Amino acid sequence: MTVESTAARKTTRRSSGAKRTTSAAGAKKAPAAQGAEPELVQLLTPEGERVQHPDYDIDLSAEELRGLYRDMVLTRRFDAEATSLQRQGELGLWASLLGQEAAQIGSGRALRDDDYVFPTYREHGVAWVRGVDPTNLLGMFRGVNHGGWDPNSNNFHLYTIVIGSQTLHATGYAMGIAKDGADSAVIAYFGDGASSQGDVNEAFTFSAVYNAPVVFFCQNNQWAISEPTEKQTRVPLYQRARGFGFPGVRVDGNDVLACLAVTRSALERARRGEGPTLVEAFTYRMGAHTTSDDPTKYRRDEEREAWEAKDPILRLKAYLEREGHADEAFFEALEAESEALGKRVREGVRTMPDPDDMAIFENVYADGHALVDEERAQFAAYQASFADGEVK
Amino acid sequence: MAVQKLPLAKALNESLRKALETDPKVLIMGEDVGKLGGVFRVTDGLQKDFGEDRVIDSPLAESGIVGTAIGLALRGYRPVVEIQFDGFVFPAYDQIVTQLAKMHARALGKVKMPVVIRIPYGGGIGAVEHHSESPEALFAHVAGLKVVSPSNSSDAYWMLQQAIQSDDPVIFFEPKRRYWDKGEVDTEAIPGELHKARVAREGSDLTLAAYGPMVKVCLEAAAAAEEEGKSIEVLDLRSMSPIDFDSIQRSVEKTRHLVVVHEAPVFYGSGAEIAARITERCFYHLEAPVLRVGGYHAPYPPARLEEEYLPGLDRVLDAVDRSLAY
Repeated sequence: MTVESTAARKTTRRSSGAKRTTSAAGAKKAPAAQGAEPELVQLLTPEGERVQHPDYDIDLSAEELRGLYRDMVLTRRFDAEATSLQRQGELGLWASLLGQEAAQIGSGRALRDDDYVFPTYREHGVAWVRGVDPTNLLGMFRGVNHGGWDPNSNNFHLYTIVIGSQTLHATGYAMGIAKDGADSAVIAYFGDGASSQGDVNEAFTFSAVYNAPVVFFCQNNQWAISEPTEKQTRVPLYQRARGFGFPGVRVDGNDVLACLAVTRSALERARRGEGPTLVEAFTYRMGAHTTSDDPTKYRRDEEREAWEAKDPILRLKAYLEREGHADEAFFEALEAESEALGKRVREGVRTMPDPDDMAIFENVYADGHALVDEERAQFAAYQASFADGEVK
Repeated sequence: MAVQKLPLAKALNESLRKALETDPKVLIMGEDVGKLGGVFRVTDGLQKDFGEDRVIDSPLAESGIVGTAIGLALRGYRPVVEIQFDGFVFPAYDQIVTQLAKMHARALGKVKMPVVIRIPYGGGIGAVEHHSESPEALFAHVAGLKVVSPSNSSDAYWMLQQAIQSDDPVIFFEPKRRYWDKGEVDTEAIPGELHKARVAREGSDLTLAAYGPMVKVCLEAAAAAEEEGKSIEVLDLRSMSPIDFDSIQRSVEKTRHLVVVHEAPVFYGSGAEIAARITERCFYHLEAPVLRVGGYHAPYPPARLEEEYLPGLDRVLDAVDRSLAY
């Protein structure tokens, strides 16, 4: 009896031990994020073929389609120019959006003028569609200011560098819209890395609890500097929304039509008072995180090559040509416009004035502060002492 | 009745009520501020009278409370948020320091950040850890923030409304062990400036400079010193950023001795800043180095030791004696 029961216990122990080992190994080998990819909402294949989706349909005129194409081409040109300007020493740093044009233009063109945008520091395409002068975006990268535009003139908030902070600002702003009884909406941009931040999760909580009209637009570009998405999450990112009590959807982030359709639908839902939506735009950062890092150290060429085949601009071009929505004259005119934009950006950066020395003390406080006043006066006197010397 | 005798917590409550009545853009946000009325009852009854839309119970997420307050301020609201206790502000410290403090400057003055963060702070109530700290220097060190602390009911009433009216973010430290102290509040008076120090007691031999919970201790010390024939002036600084150095200077030029008293650790504390600046301004007037009395460079101790940690009458009087002995 005793022997038997001991043996039985041992068996039980051994089998439960074996079970644990199996499941742990399984988790290591195949985390859900790397498993079979969930289906993307797609309206335009990488080959430029129009496909239908039961939930997200969109009907755009040829002119609207050409407009999206123009936005993407000019945004890419602006971005390339900025990258070159950084290489030439005109900018201290640049965060390129190369590869993410469809996610930004598609979502940006879904917005109404009275909607409000809270970007990270890479939303140059969204800024473009909001009508922010591209050279304004370069001030902080050149080191002449920390943002410097009036967020209310285009309903486009300042770039936010601390990861994920702006998702809470967006949520608070959306709570304010709801209090005002307005029907505008807010969109908050962030990346796959930011999804790990507490602030993003707190923003999900607050927006769900207060039913705030906000769309969380996550551009999952696969890399947070050198860390792949599976270092951020064990489940596909869009699925996180369910746990917070609102819908999440994954869209082909290189398909401008799908990004537009999905974002438009999420914004409409917000306007109807049905609360937040998480949109995960599945895309790829073709370049480096910023001009400071070297992606060849952490990712393989084959990966980039595979994504090049999904290029958002080429696929829309293929569609425009296939359907006869744009002729050669359109592409030639756009090329000329692109050149002109590049020139304007180059000249804009090179002629951008350095801030006045006294700017250090400007706008620290709205109502003034005795210490700032005192230090400003000391600084001015110190500077003036050099000016006196020069005169002599 | 324009003049009422109110406990400090009730004066804050009346102040918030007045602010909610005066400006429809004022909102109260925080954990337990609604039905419960706050763990110290500072927001008692406000949700009942102003509704859940104005007095908002928040999820338990301090960064979320401050971060959404920033968004609401961008939309034109004037949020007054409550952080339940001093030691709980740190999850929100990132939002306060990297976002709230800098937003006005980053936008080249195009946006304003009228956010008030109320923090019950300091020790002396026998609380568990993280419920008794004085982190004011950490906030005063950050450009873009203003930091104030009332010491009595009248200032509690007026300073909070002034903080709410300010277009700058204000960290409003409430001396929790003084919440139940009663004082006169004249709701029709013309209040002093928010960042101006107040002479709480006139004297000619030495200046004691304090704020918040330590003002009362310093007044008691001055009364005790008087029995020994010493005339002590007590300054209630009221504001830690900016600090009213002109008023301190004026007092020190008269008394020639300065002792700064606060609960926070002395090391890198506001006393260090005051000592350095007053030494610069009053070098030829001082007859003794500026002395500081405050907490030690140690975690705030368990409640049974806090009487040893916190500056009391004897430690303040000891510093007075040392200063006058130079």
